[in-house]
Amino acid sequence: MTQPSQNMVEARSVRKWFGSNEVLKSISLEVPRGQVLCLLGPSGSGKSTFLRCINHLETIDGGRISVDGELIGYTQRGDKLHEMKPKEIARQRRGIGMVFQRFNLFPHLTALDNIVEAPQGVSGVPKAQARERAVALLERVGLADRVDAYPAQLSGGQQQRVAIARALAMEPKLMLFDEPTSALDPELVGDVLDVMRDLAASGMTMIVVTHEIGFSREVADRMVFMDGGVVVESGKPADVLDNPQHERTQLFLESVL
Amino acid sequence: MTDRVDFDDSDDVVAVPLRHPGRWIAAVAILLVLAALIHSLWTNTNIIHSSITEFLFDPRIIKGVGLTIFITVVSMVIATILAIVLAVMRMSANPVLRAVSFGYIWFFRGTPLLVQIVFWGYLGLLYSQIAAGIPFTSIQFFAIDTNTLIPALVGGVIALSLNEAAYAAEIVRAGLLSIDHGQREAAYSLGMGPGYTLRRIVLPQAMKVIIPPMGNETISMLKNTSLLAVVAVAELYTAATQISAQNLRQVELLIVASAWYLFMTTVLSIPQYYLERRFGRGTARELPLTPFQQLKAAIARGRGRSNSRREVAQLQKGSLS
Repeated sequence: MTQPSQNMVEARSVRKWFGSNEVLKSISLEVPRGQVLCLLGPSGSGKSTFLRCINHLETIDGGRISVDGELIGYTQRGDKLHEMKPKEIARQRRGIGMVFQRFNLFPHLTALDNIVEAPQGVSGVPKAQARERAVALLERVGLADRVDAYPAQLSGGQQQRVAIARALAMEPKLMLFDEPTSALDPELVGDVLDVMRDLAASGMTMIVVTHEIGFSREVADRMVFMDGGVVVESGKPADVLDNPQHERTQLFLESVL
Repeated sequence: MTDRVDFDDSDDVVAVPLRHPGRWIAAVAILLVLAALIHSLWTNTNIIHSSITEFLFDPRIIKGVGLTIFITVVSMVIATILAIVLAVMRMSANPVLRAVSFGYIWFFRGTPLLVQIVFWGYLGLLYSQIAAGIPFTSIQFFAIDTNTLIPALVGGVIALSLNEAAYAAEIVRAGLLSIDHGQREAAYSLGMGPGYTLRRIVLPQAMKVIIPPMGNETISMLKNTSLLAVVAVAELYTAATQISAQNLRQVELLIVASAWYLFMTTVLSIPQYYLERRFGRGTARELPLTPFQQLKAAIARGRGRSNSRREVAQLQKGSLS
């Protein structure tokens, strides 16, 4: 069961309830290593919730999720599942970067310190090395001149690029993006998408929840359309976007395009 | 038809300020009342003013001031640490910890501080010895006479700390609750554990909300130390009343004590200001000016007689770098 699979993420029959509301109704999908998966769907379709289940920010009520061949949040001994200790969950999350819609930068730290905090504090990277890497990452996202700026002094687009650099500083094998451009002014979206495009080209495995149809057509290896907690349709972006098979997909695409 | 004032594109706005006659009338009225009050105290023949200056720097008073500051600082430090523990317990997933924290706060806020101080003073009546051992067995490591272990000063500090912790716990909890949940999620997603997240991400941000009410609490604590007079701790108020018991100049010595309390309160607000500035980093686009910088800006504005914000902006830039 634990032999390295060519899939980075495997989700099987994932179910999730919020109270009496079933938000994920048996979701199954795989993301092969180095590929980009874009999740599309109307709000409330469960796509953000599913993303948050992958790094155990939400616990799942049914099914299994594994990343890099390792079950997330639980250990299987015999035929029983055991909840993981917070320390082990933290270790698993170190390999999974996440970028939030509302950036969630730490406002009391400068851009550089935001990036340095986790590698230095939890991975034990020496200070000088962590700072050097952070500066390189800020350069990579085009913010070499804003090293000492506090988040409140940065524009939304700049904050989101710092947030991406912060996630990359942990050298994750998988990156999750939860509507990374939805809170941005239109003219700031492009810079963030450029950074994500570069990241995809560098071979990073990515799952992106987005409403940027153009971006997903260009970057995604596969696209999944979700509605009402189920996967309605999936396939190559061109197929899903230009030749949708289901009525719900067609209606959604008509309303956003 | 409006008159137009010629202006250059680069001109600052230089306008005649709006006059506020009502403000002037109110200010004069209030100053008159204040002057009358001060005059009546100053000329009151029942107050012997010379004894105020005589006892202001009396060695017993100075010793009392020192002890008051010591008790305030020690009690606040213990109370703050305990408050953080109580606040975290109160927000824990463990129902026993939550209930204990709730019960603690309920009890210590619900009984008068004076009663708590007297209780700790009389602890020797309740437990003549304090011993360490294994509960519910007869195994004992050591035992000490209660009055030796807890003299009046220690009892007083314990009473003030435990009582203050109950209030401060709610302040800390309010601070922790004020931090957006996204901050914790971001920290968790980077692989930080709950303890690390609390220490490095949540608490430093919560400090901004915690410090102003804790400044209040510190000032309350400073004045509550005077309640230790009931267990004969020689702090400022006790020292003043002991002197006036001999020379019967009660009012004069109360004025001496009040002057010192006022002075200490004033001094205590200074570190608060700088703490707020320290933990306010990153929340405002520009740091607020220190009082010294404000003075400089005011002088600069007075000279220029303009409404320009330029000097202020320059000073702020200087304070950031």
